[in-house]
Amino acid sequence: MPTLPQFLSQAFNGVALGCLLALISSGLTIILGTLGVLNFAHGAVFMLGAYSGFVVLSHWGSFGAALIIGALVLLLFGLAVERGLIRFYYSRPHEHQILVTFGLGIMMVEAVRHVFGGLSQRVPLPSWGQGIVNFGFFFYPLYRVEAIGIIAALLLGFYLLLYRTRIGLVVRAGIEDPLMVGLLGTHVSRVFMVVFSIGTMAAGVAGVIYAPLAAVIPNMGEPFLAESFVVVVIGGLGSFPGAIVGGIVVGEILSLTTLFNPAYSQAAIYAVMTLVLIVRPHGLFGTTGRV
Amino acid sequence: MLEAGGRWRARWLPELGIAIALTVLPFVFEAGFGALDLLTRVLIWGIFGLGFDLLFAFTGLLSFGQAAFYGTGGFVTGYLLTSGTLSNVWLAMAAGIAAAAVFGVFVGLLALRRVGIYFAMITLAFGELSYFLENSPLATWTGGENGLPGVPAPSVHIGGFSMSFGGSWPSYELVGAFFFAGFVFTRFVVLSPVGSVLTAIRQNPERTAALGHDVPAYKLAVFVVAAAFAGCAGALLGIFQSYMPPESFALDTSGQLVIQTVIGGAGTLIGPAVGAFIWLSLRDGLQQVAAVSDLWKFILGAVFVVLITFLPNGIVGAIFRLKSHVRPHHADGIARRDDAAPGGTLLAPMPNVTAPGAATLALDVRDIKKSYGGIHAIHGVSLALPEGRFHAVIGPNGAGKSTLLRLLAREETLDAGRIFLHGKDISTADVTAAYQHGMAKSYQINQLFPQQTVRQNLRIGALGRHRGRWRLDVFRAADGFATVEEIVAALVKELGLTECADLAVNTLPYGEKRRLELGLALVSRPSMLLLDEPLAGLSPPEREGIKQLLRNLGKGRTVILVEHDMDAVFELAEQITVLQEGRKLAEGTAGEISSNLLVKQAYLGGTMP
Repeated sequence: MPTLPQFLSQAFNGVALGCLLALISSGLTIILGTLGVLNFAHGAVFMLGAYSGFVVLSHWGSFGAALIIGALVLLLFGLAVERGLIRFYYSRPHEHQILVTFGLGIMMVEAVRHVFGGLSQRVPLPSWGQGIVNFGFFFYPLYRVEAIGIIAALLLGFYLLLYRTRIGLVVRAGIEDPLMVGLLGTHVSRVFMVVFSIGTMAAGVAGVIYAPLAAVIPNMGEPFLAESFVVVVIGGLGSFPGAIVGGIVVGEILSLTTLFNPAYSQAAIYAVMTLVLIVRPHGLFGTTGRV
Repeated sequence: MLEAGGRWRARWLPELGIAIALTVLPFVFEAGFGALDLLTRVLIWGIFGLGFDLLFAFTGLLSFGQAAFYGTGGFVTGYLLTSGTLSNVWLAMAAGIAAAAVFGVFVGLLALRRVGIYFAMITLAFGELSYFLENSPLATWTGGENGLPGVPAPSVHIGGFSMSFGGSWPSYELVGAFFFAGFVFTRFVVLSPVGSVLTAIRQNPERTAALGHDVPAYKLAVFVVAAAFAGCAGALLGIFQSYMPPESFALDTSGQLVIQTVIGGAGTLIGPAVGAFIWLSLRDGLQQVAAVSDLWKFILGAVFVVLITFLPNGIVGAIFRLKSHVRPHHADGIARRDDAAPGGTLLAPMPNVTAPGAATLALDVRDIKKSYGGIHAIHGVSLALPEGRFHAVIGPNGAGKSTLLRLLAREETLDAGRIFLHGKDISTADVTAAYQHGMAKSYQINQLFPQQTVRQNLRIGALGRHRGRWRLDVFRAADGFATVEEIVAALVKELGLTECADLAVNTLPYGEKRRLELGLALVSRPSMLLLDEPLAGLSPPEREGIKQLLRNLGKGRTVILVEHDMDAVFELAEQITVLQEGRKLAEGTAGEISSNLLVKQAYLGGTMP
């Protein structure tokens, strides 16, 4: 049996990973909910974020700059992709949307592989993130604590944007019924553009924050794509609260199972997903009738 | 005789073409690319793709987890052989395919609970799950990251003759034989009633279920068939390269299959193999070119995106399309049967199996209730319809007429009350079972199979009643049921759709579609017919046509008509029920209803003199 400090530190790891998954998945889920597009390139977007963090950090060494530049790069990237490709797919079958984003994801991964090579690259911890926090009964890497704080702040900002602003109101209405929002005189295509860019930015920023925690490698997004699908299935399609709760749940399952038997940590999240599908097919926060 | 010969040729021409290609291509590959193994690899992917094509292109289920079954087939076969559990390679292959199929049942039961986006996500998740299982918990058996080396090749011993399938040419012969057998089988499936049902499911799953087909069972069946094909391809891969790689479980494998199928041409059966050739030769070819050696996959990704955007039918699909523009052919290849007997007896209601007593009502509805949230859509309605009654249900908007029809057709569950159809309790039956029992409904908004012809549309409905809700008759031709073809031909004529019988429905004008909608409700020769606003959206002359049709085909049936055209209602109905706010307001003959004060108030509001 694991000791209490071991358990607590793994549980804390779960929160850190869960926050990260929540941030990635909230981007995926609002794009899915509003545009109806399942973005298979979302994992690649996460990877692109990590690489932009890597580039900025290794040139200027400033994590703040990496975060801001990474966010801007991915925002613009999202904008370009939505205008240049995705918008032509709104009226096409879901399968085509999935396929085109899947192809886009491959292009992104391969382009990065071409530029940076296929080997993994280490990203240094920011100077203020080095060291260890003493929580009294267990020690924890400082940067992870800070990462949780940064992500929590970002999620709060995301929440305020969605629930306290005019554009957020339109987005939430769009998740319920995009056609009606259009009929009520809102320029839906502009909303779609904004939502796609913000969703892309969320995954990209998650990548920047993740970069110092592990090495960056071109196909690093793949497991996160699969895990964020699990989060969305558990949390409920198009649901922002579902993405947060689902993210934490999946993060905790991954971390706590590792404590007992690392081999089964991945299997455990799929088992839970299966259970949710049987008991609550529309996810914890999903509503029936959509997709 | 000549026509029979022509049909036979048309049926078997593709098989002949594949047989010739499989004989000639190895020499071309050996001479042209210097590599027969490339063709063998292409065909392994092609076998993988045959099953996937049935699943994705015909049934419309986009799975991103096919690697799970590919890997399962390969690793089960490989383990049984390398561990010495089995020495017979054929048996090990059979076990591998069976294991993939069983895993397919498990994943299918869960993933098929949802469609579209959810289905893609869940299958991808299961693919990743199996990759992780292979990599760590099962590593003792699978070799984990190392995979399984030393998978032996099979051999045959017949009398004194013996042959092993190791080495370039024998491997090709083995894989080629499997590909050919797989192609012949999948073509049987496509041309069978099962193939028609799968195509129907892709275009309109709800209507397919309402036409008597057990949609979940067919979906599961095709999912398992695709899994078995994947397992077979995986087993062949291990045998061919004497090594089973763990990457066979990776998302990349599922993704490569999807990309190859789409590039080559989904829905063409050979598309996946063509796509595999493009993928593999581009990879091998571009890796030789120094400047772009590490960009081959980027280029493939770009080609894929461009193709999806501009050529969604893939390369083979585009060639087929081009050909059919040049030389328009009769859809189906069936001779028109305009000389069919007049519809009278052919289209009469099919006799009911259960008729316990002469006094049994056709439809006996007892105090049924349905609410949505706090709204009581139907609040205790009872109806008693004797056999052969033409009944109408009218009422102001929101009275619950459409909900009533949905409840009767068993498209929605009841909150309370019971429904008896010809004496049989159908209160808990589903729409498919109700259809099998002689109930049929035509919808307020057309529910057709837009890419199919008029004849194919009607055939799907007739097959539903004729074959029962579930049957795997994959070796029968969809158009090979004489009774079905006669009924369809008679109905085409009765509906006045002879001219467009072999045109795709999405090319027809609204009036024709409306008549076909009615035809889909009639093609099962139902004894109980539910009509939800059949006249909606039609011009006065078109209305006259439909009314005449209803007069002809309503004979001998019990009918419930929901309609806003009061002239039509008073003209056709023997008995009328008026609904208001989910309750029965009045019931009687046309005369009684038109003079009923309550009814006038309900429609016009206020107090009448």
